[in-house]
Amino acid sequence: MSGAVNPADPVSTAVARAFRDERAIVLATLIRQAGDFQLAEDAVQDAFEAAVTAWRRDGVPANPGAWITTAARRRAIDRLRRDRSVRDRAERLAELTRLDTQHEEEPSMGDESAIVDDRLRLIFTCCHPALSQPARVALTLRTLGGLSTGEIARAFLVAEPTMGKRIVRAKRKIADANIPYRVPADEELPDRLRGVLRVVYLIFNEGYAATEGDRLVRGELCDEAIRLGELLCRLMPDDAEVWGLAALMLLHDARRAARVDPSGRWVALDAQDRSLWDQDRIADGLARLERAMRLRRPGEYQLQAAITALQIQAPDPDATDWAQIAELYGALARLNPSPVVELNRAVAVGLADGPAAGLALLEPLLGDPALASYQPLHAAHAELLSRAGDATAAAGAYERAIALSANDVERAELERRLGALR
Amino acid sequence: MSRYMLLVYQQEVDPAEQAEREAELPMLLEFHRSLREAGLLVGVGRLRSTESATSVRVRDRETEITDGPFAVTKEVLVGYYILECADLDEALKQAARFPDARHGTVEVRPVMPPDEWVNRARDAGADLPDEAVKDLA
Repeated sequence: MSGAVNPADPVSTAVARAFRDERAIVLATLIRQAGDFQLAEDAVQDAFEAAVTAWRRDGVPANPGAWITTAARRRAIDRLRRDRSVRDRAERLAELTRLDTQHEEEPSMGDESAIVDDRLRLIFTCCHPALSQPARVALTLRTLGGLSTGEIARAFLVAEPTMGKRIVRAKRKIADANIPYRVPADEELPDRLRGVLRVVYLIFNEGYAATEGDRLVRGELCDEAIRLGELLCRLMPDDAEVWGLAALMLLHDARRAARVDPSGRWVALDAQDRSLWDQDRIADGLARLERAMRLRRPGEYQLQAAITALQIQAPDPDATDWAQIAELYGALARLNPSPVVELNRAVAVGLADGPAAGLALLEPLLGDPALASYQPLHAAHAELLSRAGDATAAAGAYERAIALSANDVERAELERRLGALR
Repeated sequence: MSRYMLLVYQQEVDPAEQAEREAELPMLLEFHRSLREAGLLVGVGRLRSTESATSVRVRDRETEITDGPFAVTKEVLVGYYILECADLDEALKQAARFPDARHGTVEVRPVMPPDEWVNRARDAGADLPDEAVKDLA
């Protein structure tokens, strides 16, 4: 649907706009009313296809969203009459038919809180823990993001039929296992929300960190994750981590253009051309971080966003406040201990207090057999040894990092640094 | 008298072959009837496919929920519960309360409602009276 827009044709433009702005809203409500994910999705798809013909014949309606809602509901009624397998079919049919006959006082477009509730229901259902992580990601992108199965498959380097099966299977599990379509109760909410944020951040990272695959679609993943992050801020404004994640993604994404040079080479943060940073995104990210911190409920996304903010706000790389960054990594390690956080803390300490202090923190990590083939550890080790003036040991560490690197762009940079030692 | 549980194992097959099996429901109902007449049948239930299964474990007081059936070959089936729950969340919550979830796995598999069972057989061509639903409850 999103691919075939002819800007000169007002009808196809209007349909594309309605698809982008209204589809997830209409779908979220219809899933609740029809009680079945697949059926609701098929009905909404039918409605958009019907819109192309009807709007060309009768003109674009004044309220495209309301038109799509009504059309999708009627398609759902037709489909429910034919499909006996849907749970509580008779009740669903009665409810949909009742809504159809009283559509004069259409509540769905005016009632903001009903829309908010349905979208939250959809998000929490797509990210339900009884679905596998890849299924949660795919379903979220498909239903909330409106990406086609082909686009999601290309972004995750998976064959389209494989991705199609993954999505169909997830929807069938929701129906067969009776995964509820609701916002979790207060006592489960913190856990479940963490799960949702993890899915959104995973989508972002897939787009941001990857250096292979279709670059354009990858960029779309970042945009989609940010859009989801902003949506969560609107839907759950009282949760600090929701704002923290949105801030983190915006601050990372602001530097997207500066991360790769014109020849396709990866550029480290301290060497990036700061004029390429997106100042609007930075301002938006910083504002959201401030909003998060005012809620006084620290969390891992806020801490990571605060670290990124300090790196961005330094007037030049040498003026970065590494001591404060090291402190924030310490807080992050207490909240959510992981070797990756420890490694980053060691690097920050090395830059704040001198390479010897950083190397001391790296010692236990280098002795951990589970991290023996973790490339970033050896690259950081090499960097600290080089700063400490031990060129021989640094060269050895660079060679280990180069041998472990699976990525051409990264390997080229490590080789350049190795060469600069001599 | 002693109680026994009969566990039925089958390979999951493609839709065409599955439809042939669905159409055999009248034979199965005949079997149920004879068991009932002999006063032997306590309960019967058909499980949905393993694709709709969810596994629950509790480790260090944290509930771990995973998509899919249990897969550790060293664990063996030691018991069963049939719960009537509002939805999967309720079933998972109760599964996590089961004391053995701390050292084993509780697999939560939805039971197919009898009317859906009958509808599938009808879709596959079996001729069944409405009372058949009662024989599957």
